[in-house]
Amino acid sequence: MSMGMVWAILGAALSTALAGIGSAWGVGIAGQAAAGVVSEDPDQFAKVLLLQLLPGTQGIYGLLVTFITLSRIGILGGTQITDTHTGMMYFFACLPIAIVGLISAYHQGKTSVASIGLVAKKPDQFGKAMLFPAMVETYAILSLLVSILAVTNI
Amino acid sequence: MGDNSYIYAVARIRVKEKYLLSDADVSQMAGMPDAKTVMAFLTDRGWGDAGAAMTADAMLAAEEEKTRKLVQELRIDQSVFDLLSYPQLYHNLKAGIKEICTSEENKKAFYPDERFGREQILKILEEKNWKALPEHMREAAERAYETMLKTRDGQKCDIIVDRACLEAMEQAGRKSKHRVLRDYEESTVAVTDIKIAARAQKTGKNLAFLKEALAPCEQLDVRRLAIAASENQESLLTYLEGHGFREAAEALKESPSAFERWCDNRLIETIRPQKTNPASMGPIIAYYLARQNEIKTVRIILTAKANGFSEEATRERVREMYV
Repeated sequence: MSMGMVWAILGAALSTALAGIGSAWGVGIAGQAAAGVVSEDPDQFAKVLLLQLLPGTQGIYGLLVTFITLSRIGILGGTQITDTHTGMMYFFACLPIAIVGLISAYHQGKTSVASIGLVAKKPDQFGKAMLFPAMVETYAILSLLVSILAVTNI
Repeated sequence: MGDNSYIYAVARIRVKEKYLLSDADVSQMAGMPDAKTVMAFLTDRGWGDAGAAMTADAMLAAEEEKTRKLVQELRIDQSVFDLLSYPQLYHNLKAGIKEICTSEENKKAFYPDERFGREQILKILEEKNWKALPEHMREAAERAYETMLKTRDGQKCDIIVDRACLEAMEQAGRKSKHRVLRDYEESTVAVTDIKIAARAQKTGKNLAFLKEALAPCEQLDVRRLAIAASENQESLLTYLEGHGFREAAEALKESPSAFERWCDNRLIETIRPQKTNPASMGPIIAYYLARQNEIKTVRIILTAKANGFSEEATRERVREMYV
């Protein structure tokens, strides 16, 4: 296997791993808050579940970029990379969703916790409460677009 | 954001905060014609034991028990709540010393406590087993006991124990890793010092008494407070106005009940920022204190109604709520 393949697979692995770590962390803390609310007010289950799920999207974005990368470098399809230069291009193309996915999921989890607290006190404010963590999602989507555009145009 | 280990507990507390009495609820209760109507209002709000008929004391005791159970269920550091119960603990010590030294039984003077309730305190005092008490109480307990035995002066005994309590609270608050606790204990000591100074001034106590009674505190220069209170009310008010306690001075001028209300309101102000703190021990401590304040306010209203106080007189005595 060429060094180029090593770099490309490393990039693909990082996009799933880092974004997944961030999502696991975010969904985990939001889940603790959701459990706290449901233990006192089970009627809020659906609302807090949605808020808990929001930080989970980064992991899916990371997985998507990994699949696209693997399907272009000869693992799930496409042609094998023979030079280091192209492999490094794939590696750097994967980094936006890997890094931004990790950090945004972490912060989205914290925002979801705060929003779950808001829903706990004022269930009728659920719409507004959803918007706060959804704002964080913007940056995960931007990094996903950059990664997809970069990977598909190498 | 604070410590993530409190996320579950804080979320539960946020739901519970919905059921706290608001200023509007308290105002509504103050305007009710009698204690029975107030009790019915509280029963509708879920107070007491699932709508079962009960006395006012039983209802308030049930609410205290609910709060105690909730903080136990949260599986968080319970030592924090031990610290908040120092005033009750030291109160039991005073009651125990007086009962032993005067041989007059007074069961109602004690707060119920699993570790240091009436029986335990009396046993410790009878055996002079000071080591059975928490370390911060030992020296004051022995000194107050000996003083009471020799002089039979209940007030001297109270001063020793009360000051020890304030010092223990101040030290424990300073050592605490929870900021809300540090702020609360500091405010409690400051407010209590002002309360002691105001009462001492009214009853004409001298400087020596004040120096002995006032506990050191970061928010106050207790030496100057003692001097001001030993002179006259004007000096005390001037000191308070010039040192960030203008509202206390105004409340003192208004009436004793307005001043008592200011004392409690000041403490609620200290914990109020915790309403927007998403994850730390702060909101849990604040909820616990808010519940205590709520129960105290309801007790005041029920007592006022039972004694036929006017609506205006009742309103003057009610405290600000946390929510």
